[in-house]
Amino acid sequence: MLLIEDLGVQVGGKPILKNVNMEIPDGETHVLFGPNGSGKTTLMMTIMGFTGYTVTHGKITFKGHDVTFMPINERAELGIGVLFQRPPTIHGLKTRTLVEICRKNPNTDIDALAEDLSFKNFLERDVNENLSGGEIKRSELLQLQAQEPDLLLLDEPESGVDLENMAVVGDAINRLLHRGIPKNPTCSLPSKREKKSCLVITHTGYILDYITADRGQVLYDGVLRCSQNAREILKWIREYGYAECVGCPQ
Amino acid sequence: MKNDNQAKNPRLSDYQAGRTNHEYLADLKAINPADADKFLSVGVDASEDFRAGTFIVKDQSVLHSKTKQKGVDIMSITQAKDKFDLSSYLWKGVDPGKDEYTSWAHEQPAEGYFIRSQPGQIIQAPVQSCLYIEKEQFAQNVHNLVIAEEGSHLSIINGCATSPHLISGLHVGITEFYVKKGAVLSFTMIHDWGKEVNVRPRTVGYVEEGGVLISNYISLRPVGSLQMSPTTHLRGKGAVARFNSILVADKGSTLDVGSNVILEAPETKAEIISRAITFGGDILAKGKLVGLVPEVKAHLECKGLILKDGLMLAIPELEAHVPGVEMSHEAAVGKIDNREIEYLMARGLTEEEAVSTIVRGFLNVDIEGLPSGLKQRLDKVISETEKDMF
Repeated sequence: MLLIEDLGVQVGGKPILKNVNMEIPDGETHVLFGPNGSGKTTLMMTIMGFTGYTVTHGKITFKGHDVTFMPINERAELGIGVLFQRPPTIHGLKTRTLVEICRKNPNTDIDALAEDLSFKNFLERDVNENLSGGEIKRSELLQLQAQEPDLLLLDEPESGVDLENMAVVGDAINRLLHRGIPKNPTCSLPSKREKKSCLVITHTGYILDYITADRGQVLYDGVLRCSQNAREILKWIREYGYAECVGCPQ
Repeated sequence: MKNDNQAKNPRLSDYQAGRTNHEYLADLKAINPADADKFLSVGVDASEDFRAGTFIVKDQSVLHSKTKQKGVDIMSITQAKDKFDLSSYLWKGVDPGKDEYTSWAHEQPAEGYFIRSQPGQIIQAPVQSCLYIEKEQFAQNVHNLVIAEEGSHLSIINGCATSPHLISGLHVGITEFYVKKGAVLSFTMIHDWGKEVNVRPRTVGYVEEGGVLISNYISLRPVGSLQMSPTTHLRGKGAVARFNSILVADKGSTLDVGSNVILEAPETKAEIISRAITFGGDILAKGKLVGLVPEVKAHLECKGLILKDGLMLAIPELEAHVPGVEMSHEAAVGKIDNREIEYLMARGLTEEEAVSTIVRGFLNVDIEGLPSGLKQRLDKVISETEKDMF
């Protein structure tokens, strides 16, 4: 699904990512750990193609297409979706209108999606205007549910979210990824729908209480240091801190 | 334009003035289709559906005047002066010596509308009025008087336009608003002038105890120069004034638009909101709030976007004469935040679509009292104007 090869990225002329190699196969969820300033968000913004993140070398391939220098909207059309940590407010644009604009299937029932996220009362509000941390995440997830991407990039999905909202956020992420157990299962078997791919960025790891991950990696000082079971990495970090990851080969 | 905080001033001697002889239209349906279309672009519907009445001045002639609903008087100011004693209203708020245009308007014969909602009457449908210039190089002089009597509700759509072929002209308009105790007046003015038309409205309003004046001003099309700075006096306890302006200036247009509200009584409230976009023209967005007594609340918000070249000058002023006033202002001028564009692109919009969506949102101030048909019409004009912006 996503292949990153030997990626180097500068921000404001300063090298942030150095020779990053990463692969997220179809249907897998990977968790990217790392302390503040390690380059996690830079990696996500580069995958999506935001300005200010200059690729100095390397290549990003998505679904077999070289997307390294592709415009943002074309990456979105190919199937990459982002959950932003601190999205901007768009004055005068109703959330409902934005969801209508970005929905992949014109028959998607926006009210039903919003109901599931307890977000219906905010649909007529300007995008991200005066929303709490949890409300912002639910707004982002609503847009992503309409967008139906094949690869999700989740930037700190737990930041600013209280415990009650965290369960809603976790459920919504599982629905997006076609993972987890639905609210009213008609069958005890897990969903047979094809799973989506996902890269979750976190520095606390709390999100792992709500979603399952196939693999974890640690980004430290712009370099990927480790690739293991996500829960084991989290335990290791909690026990010994990130510095211990420096010696761990990728 | 030099940054001298005011619009360039046209010379009165460059224009023809005086009476014109357009034939009165008893039936508005008989109107020239080109004129009807232009009227519609400024919210004046020749079909008169959901309108309490209509008043139209073409150059210096009254073209049409009709009242469709009981409880509201609509007539020319000339007729009204013959019928009523208006000495306590006319020229009470506007100083004839204010500037050369106001002096000229005071000396010249004027036409205009008299619109009055009678005491306690709730006029559901808006009254529409149109001030139209057809004659090239003509100086139109109008004097309007609006009175919302005690406890009444009145809504007016005032469209100002020129015929499609007209290049140059001058409009000078004196307008006086009187909102009596507990009355609500909603006044929406839409301008669609020509590229070399100069416009000088001079407006004053008085709001009594518990009265509300809502004034919306929309100018999306090219204009030579526009200079206006209406002043509203909140004279009675709990009186309210709300001003919204939506301004778009292309190359060659100068919009010098301000609103002043003087809070003269306790518990009065005022809000001035301005949204302005330039793509080559000059916009001076001014606002002034004056608090003369304690226990008043007022807020001023000027936001401007520069899409291309041009000047965007926001001048918010707060003037408090006593302690205990609550007054604030917020002004922001700049370009579209790239983060907003890229955020929308991450949702699949092209860069052009993203910019267009943001611009439409920026201009989408929730305007109180705007009929839905007019809102749709304005959305269309915004979409058309957008094509020239990029």
